[in-house]
Amino acid sequence: MIEVKHLTKRYGGHTAVSDLSFEIDKGVIYGFLGPNGAGKSTTMNIITGCLGATEGEVLVDGHSVSEEPMEAKKRIGYLPELPPLYTDMTPEEYLRFVAEAKGVSRKEQAEQIAAIMEKTGITQVSHRLIRNLSKGYRQRVGIAQALLGKPEVIILDEPTVGLDPAQIIEIRDLIRELGKEHTIVLSSHILSEVQAVCDSIMIISGGKLVASDTTENLTRRFAGTQTLRLEADADEKTMRKVLDRVDGIASVEVKPEEKESTVLLVKAEEDKDIRAKVFKAFAKENVTLLEMTTVHADLEDVFLELTQSDAPAQSETAAQAPDTAEEEKTGEEEAQ
Amino acid sequence: MIAVWKREISAYYKSVTGWLLGAFLLIFAGIYCMAYNLSGYTAKFAYVLSGCSFIYLIAVPIISMRALAEEKRQKTDQLLYALPIRLSDVVLGKYLGMLTVLLMPILVIALYPLILSQYGTMEYAPAYAALFAFFMLGACLLSIGLFISSVTESQVASAVITLVVMLLLYFMNALASYVSTDASASLIALIVLVVLFALVLQLMAKNPIVSVGVGVLGIGGLYLWYSADSSAFSGLFSDMMESISVFERFDTFVDGVFDLTAVVYYISIICVFLFLTVQSMEKRRWNE
Repeated sequence: MIEVKHLTKRYGGHTAVSDLSFEIDKGVIYGFLGPNGAGKSTTMNIITGCLGATEGEVLVDGHSVSEEPMEAKKRIGYLPELPPLYTDMTPEEYLRFVAEAKGVSRKEQAEQIAAIMEKTGITQVSHRLIRNLSKGYRQRVGIAQALLGKPEVIILDEPTVGLDPAQIIEIRDLIRELGKEHTIVLSSHILSEVQAVCDSIMIISGGKLVASDTTENLTRRFAGTQTLRLEADADEKTMRKVLDRVDGIASVEVKPEEKESTVLLVKAEEDKDIRAKVFKAFAKENVTLLEMTTVHADLEDVFLELTQSDAPAQSETAAQAPDTAEEEKTGEEEAQ
Repeated sequence: MIAVWKREISAYYKSVTGWLLGAFLLIFAGIYCMAYNLSGYTAKFAYVLSGCSFIYLIAVPIISMRALAEEKRQKTDQLLYALPIRLSDVVLGKYLGMLTVLLMPILVIALYPLILSQYGTMEYAPAYAALFAFFMLGACLLSIGLFISSVTESQVASAVITLVVMLLLYFMNALASYVSTDASASLIALIVLVVLFALVLQLMAKNPIVSVGVGVLGIGGLYLWYSADSSAFSGLFSDMMESISVFERFDTFVDGVFDLTAVVYYISIICVFLFLTVQSMEKRRWNE
């Protein structure tokens, strides 16, 4: 659907994107992940023709964005980081303007606008001025604008930035819904978001692609082994003794916590589920197991690993620090 | 293009800009019409328009300031770049929008000669020729305003720069008469111009080799030409100033002459500035 070939963008002496190449297939939701200033917006701006590339080219369905911009742009709906809304118009007027500019025939306009407003949930505010709408609604109007003209690819640049948690969930649901009919590329610096919505992930750092795979594969690659967090009403020694009887345990380590109970992190051997065995062993020895949870090593580790080293993935060290994998949000603000 | 044009017109009439411009033009046209035609007993409607032409000093900055500068500030220009429409169509749509807003009050003013004809003999041809030239003058100034709007970041900067340019153009003729016609004075003035041009080039292209090169070549060329034929330089600068005085061209229409060269002159200025506007928008796409 979209082919990006050796894309490079330099601003004066600064290289924002360097020799970036990837392909985007039809019908997949792609997540474009990277820290701030990694070149996400620049790449998206180049794909949509808003920015010229210093080197390289972008093909949309075989049409080069720089050579045949009209053909390429027709196939793309774009929501930039800041929704480009004319605040002196109502959503309906605004969408009519965009539909006309995209060359949607007069006959189809009303029908398409009504359908898209329904889908994005802005029908009830369609007669209010955009300047008076909340940020969540503005974002929806921005998405609606991208959907007009039924483009095959929808590109969303940080679609949930600045929204409240309820709105974020709504927008994510909307994106998943849209993913059934369109190819979607969305960028984000929030991992949990990309993990929740996207089928495939591209991680970009310092203007280079550092990893690209399906969400499942990426997660598995860095968390192939199961890790259990056990909390028991016993001392470490007793617990270790119990665990000695269980097959398939790779390592056991103590997690110091200021509690009466003891907490251990138990790593299983590759591709083994040891939960049932652990439970039975503890029951048999009559040691009270207070809590047993699976620790998910998620993309956070992958992400930190890849973007900090700034080089292609080399080791699985990320999976060895699963306790960092708990609920943490990257709360960085936009540096721009 | 039509979509952009429609959107521009609706934007002008949703804010006060469109109405304000109409009101201003009509008020001044009314006052001058009272003073010259009704109280002064002259049948020459062109005098009214000649008196009104100073309105452009204020009207053009007000209309053109928001055209592209505002798009940039609100980041809505991203939409225009991403839409499957050519930049030239965007610029043309915007320009036609401005022209339409200007044309509205002018159409009302077009009724004045008809009303005046009730009270005496009216020469329609010179009156409407002058009105046409009045519109062309406005169209020409608006294209300059649009270009300035495309190179500035904020509405205020755009309005101030446009106002200064309009004032310069308005008083160009008067200024030209103060300029010494001495050959060496012309040379110095032209060298100053070349240096200024090189500075602007440096600011925009940020390439010292090119701008210094242009400056050195320009000054060298001028100096060689001056040493070869210094008589060509006498009065050269004031002639140049007069030739870019757009308001001056309008005066021939007021005198009752339909000057075709002036029409061509206006149209060429419009084309040049629209072209420059498209280029300046295109440039922003490369180093935003």
